[in-house]
Amino acid sequence: MGFLDIRNVTKSYGNVEVLHRVDIAVEEGEFLVLVGPSGCGKSTLLNMIAGLEGITGGEIAIKGHVVNGVHPSRRNIAMVFQSYALYPNMTVAQNMTFGLEMHGVPKPERERALADVAKLLQIDHLLDRKPGQLSGGQRQRVAMGRALVRDPDVFLFDEPLSNLDAKLRVDMRTEIKKLHQKLKTTIVYVTHDQIEAMTLSTRIAVMNKGYVQQLGTPKEIYDTPANLFVATFMGSPAMNIIPARVVVQDGTPHASVTDADGRPRLLRFSQGSLAAWDGRDILLGIRPEAITDPEGADRKSSNIQALTNRVTVTEPAGSDTFVTMALGGQDAIARMRADASVAAGQTYDFAVNMEKAVAFDPKTEQRIASD
Amino acid sequence: MSAVTQDTAVSMGRVTRALIYLLLLLFALFYLLPLYVMGVNSVKPLAEITGGNMMALPEVWTLDPWRSAWSTAQIGVEPTGLKPYFLNSILMVVPAVVISTIMGALNGYILTKWRFRGDTWVFGLMLFSCFIPFQIVLIPMAVVLGKLGLAGSVPGLVLVHVVYGIGFTTLYFRNYYATFPTELVRAAQIDGAGFFQIFWRILLPVSGPIAVVSIIWQFTNIWNDFLFGASFGGTNQPMTVALNNLVQSSTGVKEYNVHFAGAILAALPTLLVYIVAGRYFVRGLMAGSVKG
Ligand SMILES: Nc1ncnc2c1ncn2[C@@H]1O[C@H](COP(=O)(O)OP(=O)(O)OP(=O)(O)O)[C@@H](O)[C@H]1O
Ligand SMILES: [Mg+2]
Repeated sequence: MGFLDIRNVTKSYGNVEVLHRVDIAVEEGEFLVLVGPSGCGKSTLLNMIAGLEGITGGEIAIKGHVVNGVHPSRRNIAMVFQSYALYPNMTVAQNMTFGLEMHGVPKPERERALADVAKLLQIDHLLDRKPGQLSGGQRQRVAMGRALVRDPDVFLFDEPLSNLDAKLRVDMRTEIKKLHQKLKTTIVYVTHDQIEAMTLSTRIAVMNKGYVQQLGTPKEIYDTPANLFVATFMGSPAMNIIPARVVVQDGTPHASVTDADGRPRLLRFSQGSLAAWDGRDILLGIRPEAITDPEGADRKSSNIQALTNRVTVTEPAGSDTFVTMALGGQDAIARMRADASVAAGQTYDFAVNMEKAVAFDPKTEQRIASD
Repeated sequence: MSAVTQDTAVSMGRVTRALIYLLLLLFALFYLLPLYVMGVNSVKPLAEITGGNMMALPEVWTLDPWRSAWSTAQIGVEPTGLKPYFLNSILMVVPAVVISTIMGALNGYILTKWRFRGDTWVFGLMLFSCFIPFQIVLIPMAVVLGKLGLAGSVPGLVLVHVVYGIGFTTLYFRNYYATFPTELVRAAQIDGAGFFQIFWRILLPVSGPIAVVSIIWQFTNIWNDFLFGASFGGTNQPMTVALNNLVQSSTGVKEYNVHFAGAILAALPTLLVYIVAGRYFVRGLMAGSVKG
């Protein structure tokens, strides 16, 4: 039993089911990120944990108590909204202590909690201002402060950074991470930004169309995506999905992919179990950083395969150079060192880190389990 | 809210500007003329008016017509002046405006933030009430007032005006609150605020502009109403009915100067409300459409 248990929870609006049997156990102190495309049901799930939306089926328990039907204010949760939802007529201080006041906390205690949190978030100097007199980043801090003073069991964040500009977003991301490391409170965090999900979380639930596609640590989600959706949703640029055929040679399975000129190239798999797929079509998943120039190849990898291919486009991005080539009849992206000299139209040698490659069943779109 | 600089205005030449001002001045004169006529004639002895020149300034200045209109003129059969009826109007208007505005605010709050099945229907029906002409409800209303024992009383008039006003006040507040972020209400719920606390602490403090619109609208309509006052006022008739009785009295000479003074007295409160709150009126009407 977890600290926050979501057991077989479903949600329907009328007769449309928008969440299907979601089952997640969150441990105390965990940072769970719900990530997925727009409309997949992240906010709905979060609002159900908060008590702002009714639960159609299943149950949600916090600290072992089932909270179905319990009023939001009695669940000991705090929520940070995408729009910050600061009360426009109240000062920052009043905003932050409103919840304590409503819960009947005596004034001296409220002031103490306010002072502590204001110091922690460095917003002491803003306490007398109205929300309209704050910058976006300051509002964001106040919204977090309002959640923090309550000292809740669970923090709920609904896309708290999506209204900030790119630079501030990165800063606040770091700040939230620091805050979590310091306070060790349980957090459920909704975002559609997969980088936020990767950097912040201790575990990620990738959602699509109301289903949890995969639940796991960032590394599990990134390295061994459960299906094609997770593979392509997480990571930027997205994982290359290349049509290939399994060919067993000398007793070991290889992926046979066609290069830019339509010639088959063999790449040895690390997963011996794929030999069972001999002669069948699969989808080969390789992340861009696993296709490099030979000098840039991962030295620790036990399975670097050489590949010669012609380059279609090069895109220098400062820290890296992205190179597009045709593989299996589709565009595949490789990530080279910034100073690798490549030119479009030329043929080069590449190193493919097959240790990181995954294979998907083209029919079910699920990853082919390997030992 | 600070003054807005109108950079959007198209720049124009001196001649155009002068022409525009001239035109505006003409219109202003045109609209102010009746007020002038009323003003000057209310401070003249009657003889000067019947003598012919309505437009001239008085030769003898006197406040007697005002005194007479206020406290001694014959209204119907009683020589009471307009004073008691003025009081009736105040006693009717203030509670009616306050109650209908508060109920409109509550309705708007519920219809936007505590939505329920069929809420759009309820709102539609309330909106429909704005288009029912007064005359249609006269008889049913009389029956209801009779059953409630409120016929011919000021509380009865208050009830009539509250019922009639709720449609409008609900419309105003609903549209205003529709632009108010629902996330704020959710945040307050998590913070532990109840139905009325959210209304009182979160919504009402930002409802100033629309409350002004509602108050002005209700005040002018209720103050100026004649039909309900004449039909249901009984002996407690409002100012408008009394003014009519003053002006229409068939006995004796027609004291035009007293009539003018009485008419100004009857118009004064609405004028005052507009002067005090008028600039918030337009602001409130705009508030729903343009996000501040
Ligand atoms: N009140 C409602 N009535 C009917 N359907 C709704 C209602 N609220 C949400 N939905 C549907 O539920 C699904 C999930 O919505 P939700 O707001 O949870 O998406 P989300 O994952 O948070 O998306 P976003 O990233 O855009 O915020 C959507 O398909 C939406 O259309
Ligand atoms: Mg959402």
